[in-house]
Amino acid sequence: MLKTEIKKVRTPLTAETIKNLHAGDTVRLTGPIYTARDAAHKRMFEALRRGEALPVELKDQVIYYVGPTPAKPGELVGSAGPTTSGRMDKYTPAMLEVGLRGMIGKGLRSQEVIEACVKYGAVYFIAIGGTAALISQCIKGEEMLAYADLGPEAIRRYEVVDFPLIVGVDAYGVDIYKEGMARYRKL
Amino acid sequence: MRDLSVKKVTAAVAKCCIDACYYLPEGVLQKLKLARETEESPLGREVLETIVENARLAKIKAVPMCQDTGLTVVFLEVGQEVHFTEGSLEEAINAGVAQGYTEGYLRKSSAGDPVFDRKNTGDNTPAIIHTRIVPGDKVHLIVCPKGCGSENMGALKMLKPADGMDGIIKFVLDTVTAAGPNPCPPVTVGVGIGGNMERAAELAKWSLARPIGEHNGDLRYAELEDKLLQLVNRTGVGPAGLGGSTTALAVNIEFAPTHIGGLPCAVNLNCHAARRAEAEL
Repeated sequence: MLKTEIKKVRTPLTAETIKNLHAGDTVRLTGPIYTARDAAHKRMFEALRRGEALPVELKDQVIYYVGPTPAKPGELVGSAGPTTSGRMDKYTPAMLEVGLRGMIGKGLRSQEVIEACVKYGAVYFIAIGGTAALISQCIKGEEMLAYADLGPEAIRRYEVVDFPLIVGVDAYGVDIYKEGMARYRKL
Repeated sequence: MRDLSVKKVTAAVAKCCIDACYYLPEGVLQKLKLARETEESPLGREVLETIVENARLAKIKAVPMCQDTGLTVVFLEVGQEVHFTEGSLEEAINAGVAQGYTEGYLRKSSAGDPVFDRKNTGDNTPAIIHTRIVPGDKVHLIVCPKGCGSENMGALKMLKPADGMDGIIKFVLDTVTAAGPNPCPPVTVGVGIGGNMERAAELAKWSLARPIGEHNGDLRYAELEDKLLQLVNRTGVGPAGLGGSTTALAVNIEFAPTHIGGLPCAVNLNCHAARRAEAEL
């Protein structure tokens, strides 16, 4: 895998951990994380707007944007790679406001999300899109937590061990996608 | 006239859905391995290595290489001598999709209504079906499951004839650059040129049904494919969008006659897992 220096990070995340993460860092993440994508975000966002409690406590937690395939018999989880994060941008600042510390997905984030990462002290981790079979091997535990009716979009708790990630946006507002593309652009 | 039971279509579609999601086409794998050697960015090379390893693991475990097993796009070339029996062709295709996605433990990702309830149809139907009637008495079907990370980054522009080749090149490069990491590069770029609005989009999609590495039969367009590939790989997007010299594995163009006043151009992107399985009946 990645030959650069690897930072081992545990969840839940602390303010101190966040400070030491920089865009481009290679990370192995271990601990519990929550899964949520489009439909679960919409429901949580609407619950927050109505002043209701969320079905899961987000403080210092990490949300993984994923909708896995069904597990085959004998397997704990199906294939579970990252989905495009930008679709959650509309809902993300509200999640960060109630204490969410990290997000895992793939693809670009909006300027609002990057600014919210700086304001609330949070990071956006990138998992390599389309490597779902490999990522599933890092998932050692799985539990249904909320919105079970959403099927693959339900909120689950995953216990992950050494989930390979790259820091995409850090709490200083640096975006690795912008830097990486600019470095290799020859047009 | 040759009778063909639609039950055979159902069985073939079901198998293609599963095979396409578990097994990366050999040609795509070879392109990825080659890119792993030529990629300029060290991080990009690691990403390509990870993608190759994921494909290997998916194959030996017989599991989906990506959790987004897509909407099911089915390309049909139906010989005009074929007479389908024992039911509706469209229903048979959808029965094959439902069977493949259920038996193969593939994710069901079809929202039945796009605006109001967005309720999952539960079996990944309906498929998106593109049909061409061709000479002969065979049916050729190609199944290309298409995830939304890449599909969402497609674009269509009604260029003016005066925009010409430069306009097409600029539109393709702008689309790939704006897409950045979202479509999971290295992508395959499908380009549809000419026709009218819907024909251009359909041509872009049909171009992605080709086996990777196959060029347009018209030498001028084949050269444009090569030129676009070189330029796309200078956008800097790179593997996983983290920066690098491998943004696309291929550029495929399909073209059609168009109106004297128009130059429609559509770009449809495939992710690095250019999933494809085919059958002949």
